[in-house]
Amino acid sequence: MAKEKKAESKARGVNKFGVVDVIIYLVLGLIGLCMVLPFLYVIAGSFATEKELTERAFFIIPTVWSLNAYKYAIQTANILRGLRNSICLTLLGTLTCMLFSLTFAYPLSKQHFRGRNWIMNMVIFTMLFSGGLIPTYLVVTSYGLRDSWWALILIGAISPFNMVIIKNFFQGLPVELDEASYMDGANDFQIFRKVALPLSKPVIASISLFYGVGFWNDYFNAMIYLESAEKFPIQIQLRSIILQSSTIADTVTEYDINGTPPDKAVKMACTVIATVPILIVYPFVQKYFTQGVMVGAVKG
Amino acid sequence: MAKEKKPKIKNGMMQMPDGRMMRVQKMSTLAYMKQHIWLYLLLLPGAIYFIMFRYIPMGGLVIAFKDYSPFKGIWGSPWVGFYQFQKFFTNGDFGMLLTNTLGISLLQLVLYFPMPIILSLFLNEVRHNGYKRVVQTLVYIPHFVSWVIVASLTYQLFNVSDGIINQLYAMVTGHTFNILSNASTFWGLIVGQDIWRETGYGTIVFLAALSGADQELYEAARVDGAGRWRLMWHITLPAIRSTIIMMLIMRVGSVLSTGYEQIFLMRNDLNIARAETFDTYTYTKGITQGMYSYSSAVGMFKSIVGMIMVMSADRIAKACGESGLY
Repeated sequence: MAKEKKAESKARGVNKFGVVDVIIYLVLGLIGLCMVLPFLYVIAGSFATEKELTERAFFIIPTVWSLNAYKYAIQTANILRGLRNSICLTLLGTLTCMLFSLTFAYPLSKQHFRGRNWIMNMVIFTMLFSGGLIPTYLVVTSYGLRDSWWALILIGAISPFNMVIIKNFFQGLPVELDEASYMDGANDFQIFRKVALPLSKPVIASISLFYGVGFWNDYFNAMIYLESAEKFPIQIQLRSIILQSSTIADTVTEYDINGTPPDKAVKMACTVIATVPILIVYPFVQKYFTQGVMVGAVKG
Repeated sequence: MAKEKKPKIKNGMMQMPDGRMMRVQKMSTLAYMKQHIWLYLLLLPGAIYFIMFRYIPMGGLVIAFKDYSPFKGIWGSPWVGFYQFQKFFTNGDFGMLLTNTLGISLLQLVLYFPMPIILSLFLNEVRHNGYKRVVQTLVYIPHFVSWVIVASLTYQLFNVSDGIINQLYAMVTGHTFNILSNASTFWGLIVGQDIWRETGYGTIVFLAALSGADQELYEAARVDGAGRWRLMWHITLPAIRSTIIMMLIMRVGSVLSTGYEQIFLMRNDLNIARAETFDTYTYTKGITQGMYSYSSAVGMFKSIVGMIMVMSADRIAKACGESGLY
């Protein structure tokens, strides 16, 4: 059918590629380039020598490749610890959030569930109004969760928005499945685990990615609730490296070009280390995020 | 085992002889809960979460009417009525916060808001799907990196000593420009970051609306001799009109929320005058200066006004014939 359409439009001369088309393609190409050039610049810079970075005005491919910045970052900046922490935090957090969100969304997806409207209204109210930063901070502190990853994980254990997406997905499953399972003597928990969950892989994938990217990128909560450096995720470490060197770089104008701390390259290397995991999962993220946004936009 | 004895009533529905399902009148709630005990058990962890981490903090807002001290605790601290609110509205910070918050939000509305729409219209004109997909893949990327990385990239590109953009700027004009610690450019810097990070991702919802546009309308219009601009004006834009209105209303509804992370990461001593918004102010006063009650009052003011604005926005959307937010 699509082919027919194409042939049809070709026959009418619609596919003629005019000047305006060229401009549109060029502009789009430029926009796309603007989005990735900063990353390419930083990646290239992280492999360059400090000498080249300070001497050559700008470049995209270094003449001499070097791993010094990475060696330095790994040895001194504790960047590996941050990376490990972020990976653990992201996995643990995503798992917890999914457990909470799936179990909470399932009963609410049942039309017959008594108390459904009442509970949904309570949930929607939290989307409109919240205690705000300080009361939440004080309450979480009073639970003894300061300086614990659990503070970061639990304060966002259920995002109402994500929960509603899951609920809508469950609602789309055929009711007949429930009926058949009840006939076979299954209880609601067995149906949830053996029927609903296996059928919900797409929504589980996309919402896990929503939560996962959120945990990986979280900086603010970690800054507020965490105190001991050995628990810091990579975002906090990256921030302190950038902050530290940006003040140094702006105040100390004369620094030894051949000196050991390759300040600029290390900044770049750390940025790359914190970005690469996101870029690795990006192909999956793109697929499922788009789906997730669509579900939310259509039914939210 | 008990298969035959299993009642025909399931889920509060009864199967009629002809196979239709009929709702059974009034099963007692207790019996219902007993039958579906697992549903309530499944709901429990989430319910506890909402109480402990969403509703108890709302109750914690009482400290906005108290003079909270950590030693006396929430209930032991003395009541002070609306003192914290009075202090907030009279000490001169309110005007500064309103200016900055609205300044950033309105600049976002004017500069950022049209960007995803324009980009969607451009993408819609691309007829080579491969090229379209490549561009889409590239422009979505920034959305997925953290604000810390965005801030880090900004520092590395714009700093005065070796930032590549400042070097280019210096080659053209002969002098550098410190956008990173300049109060007058702070709003622009923030909105610029928003545009870079969110424009691509923002197109998703518009492109989805465009995919629903009737292709036959385009065909018919082309046959009638409509050019590119007329097609865009009379078919494409009407197709995404309701989406645009929805997004606009949502944006206006959240005009007081500028978020914490982005601004917090970009502000410094030199641009602080333009960088303090309601959100960051609650952090500064509350967490760094320990003025818990005062800061809660500010947060409460923002939450209430924000709620009213979102709800009014929703009403307006519904009055305009749109589906509303919830």
